[in-house]
Amino acid sequence: MKRAGFASRWLPILLLVPQLSIILVFFYWPAAYAVKSSFYLQDPFGFGQTFVGLENYSSLADSAEYLRVTNFTVVFTVLVTFFSLALALLLAVKADKVIRGAKSYRTLLMWVYAVAPPVAGYMGLILFNQRWGPLTELFGMFGWEFNLRADYFDTAFAMVVVSVWKQVPVNFIFFLSGLQSIPKSVREAALIDNRSASGRFWDVTFPLLAPTGFFLLIINITYALFDTFGVIDTLVKGEPANNPMTLVYKVYIDGFRGNDLGGSSAQSVVLMLLVLALTVFQFRMVEKRIHYT
Amino acid sequence: MADISLSTATPVIPRRRFLWSTLVDHAVLITGALIMFFPLLVMLQTASTPDIETMKYGPGLYFGDQLDDNFRKAMFEASGFSGANTGLSMFKNSLILGLGFAIGKIVIGMMAAYAIVYFRLRFATFAFWLIFTTLLLPLEVRILPSYEITQKLGLLNTYTGLIVPLIASATATFFFRQFFRSVPEELVEAARIDGAGPVKFFIDILVPLSQTMIAAMFIIMFVYGWNQYLWPTMITTDEGMYTLVRGIKRIVQVLQGGNEIPEYGRANVLAIIAVLPPVAIVIFFQSWFVKGLTESDK
Repeated sequence: MKRAGFASRWLPILLLVPQLSIILVFFYWPAAYAVKSSFYLQDPFGFGQTFVGLENYSSLADSAEYLRVTNFTVVFTVLVTFFSLALALLLAVKADKVIRGAKSYRTLLMWVYAVAPPVAGYMGLILFNQRWGPLTELFGMFGWEFNLRADYFDTAFAMVVVSVWKQVPVNFIFFLSGLQSIPKSVREAALIDNRSASGRFWDVTFPLLAPTGFFLLIINITYALFDTFGVIDTLVKGEPANNPMTLVYKVYIDGFRGNDLGGSSAQSVVLMLLVLALTVFQFRMVEKRIHYT
Repeated sequence: MADISLSTATPVIPRRRFLWSTLVDHAVLITGALIMFFPLLVMLQTASTPDIETMKYGPGLYFGDQLDDNFRKAMFEASGFSGANTGLSMFKNSLILGLGFAIGKIVIGMMAAYAIVYFRLRFATFAFWLIFTTLLLPLEVRILPSYEITQKLGLLNTYTGLIVPLIASATATFFFRQFFRSVPEELVEAARIDGAGPVKFFIDILVPLSQTMIAAMFIIMFVYGWNQYLWPTMITTDEGMYTLVRGIKRIVQVLQGGNEIPEYGRANVLAIIAVLPPVAIVIFFQSWFVKGLTESDK
């Protein structure tokens, strides 16, 4: 860093103290606590704990329930990521093309960004209501007896639909700004070289959007893993255990409702490692990203 | 020669194609906009209709006249969903959470970023890593220990316990660090030559320069804070501390559980109120918001 700076000794420390103390107390302490608890078995009635080594982890690995939730999380993440990226890309390409009403479309397509996930889930409850939900009735016309909260597949379907609805605007904003930053000269050159619009899209626009797309891929995976909590909690709440849920939701259910601190902490640690791996992967790719631009 | 004759004939074809493809573009965009808007429309419709009708027939095609009645009940009457709690008090709590979170995060983030970028510190690299590791792990994965620690500190059902643990991630710090690094170095040198100290430089030069960035961050952080769900759900058990978004959970429980006529009207008014302020901010300050959001990835 070749920054010209100030030489004061105590001021920077003073400036850093609030940030550092907050993250020490509310980030590093809990993270360390999670790692530690994952090696212990908590007495459900609060009478101390016993060291059990890796037992919490091995019982996770043996648990059929955990495997089922993991599988569901993978499928859920892939579906949510794919559909919210694909739909947002379609809308962004169209919004970038039209001249009339471009601004109104942008507003109309992005406001959902500000809707809280649990409120989106609540809207899903209304739309998928077992008796009179508009979407339930629509599916009924095609002979699909939609049964939210009772049928595993239908509940999972609603979770994916609501999560995608909530995530499309974010991707749309990023894709649109990515498209708008493609230089005019490049577009014109493409227009001369390639007559078909779809050819231009796949040969020129799509590769130029790849860095944005990759960044969004990580964002969306993180969203599907963590931020969908509110959607899931409102859609499946209070139902028997065989409902679809994601890994993060299970951490919460086991730890907070089931009082299994050790098992829940072991799950937290597994998730932490997963996120770390994702981030390392992301940084690797971001380094490569320089070659694109 | 053949090429020339071709090129004179071509303009006709793109123009016709252009028309059709434009129509398709608009059709796709309008469909998208309608799908985005539809749930809100259903919420509004049920919020304006008597609960009995909603319960019997579901959302209808016409708006009713109960909206102001339901609004009054939802905002000022304390019954049903959350005991002694009214929509107004939840609104207040949401506002405190949103504002407290946004302001806290920006102030703390700017201070830390300033220290990292403009001072020569011996442990700068260490502080940098300590701070930016927090970007890696969202609150959700350490939710239970965070709860235990907040409980140990006696912060359950307090605004401090609600807001401060949420601030423990360095998004704003990271963002301001990027921005400060893009500020020309000559500014610091000029300020130093003119005899301005670090505090004066920060307040008189850097903060005014960052205005747009601060606004963008504020919008993003306010929306993020207002929309928090999991943390408020765990940390607030006292109904007087509920936020609107946290109150949604209670609404769902009551609507599913009760034997009486479910109060869809009131519930949907509350859901709409939970959605409106962040949506309004994002729409009104769209250009700042989009700039802040898309520049945060660099």
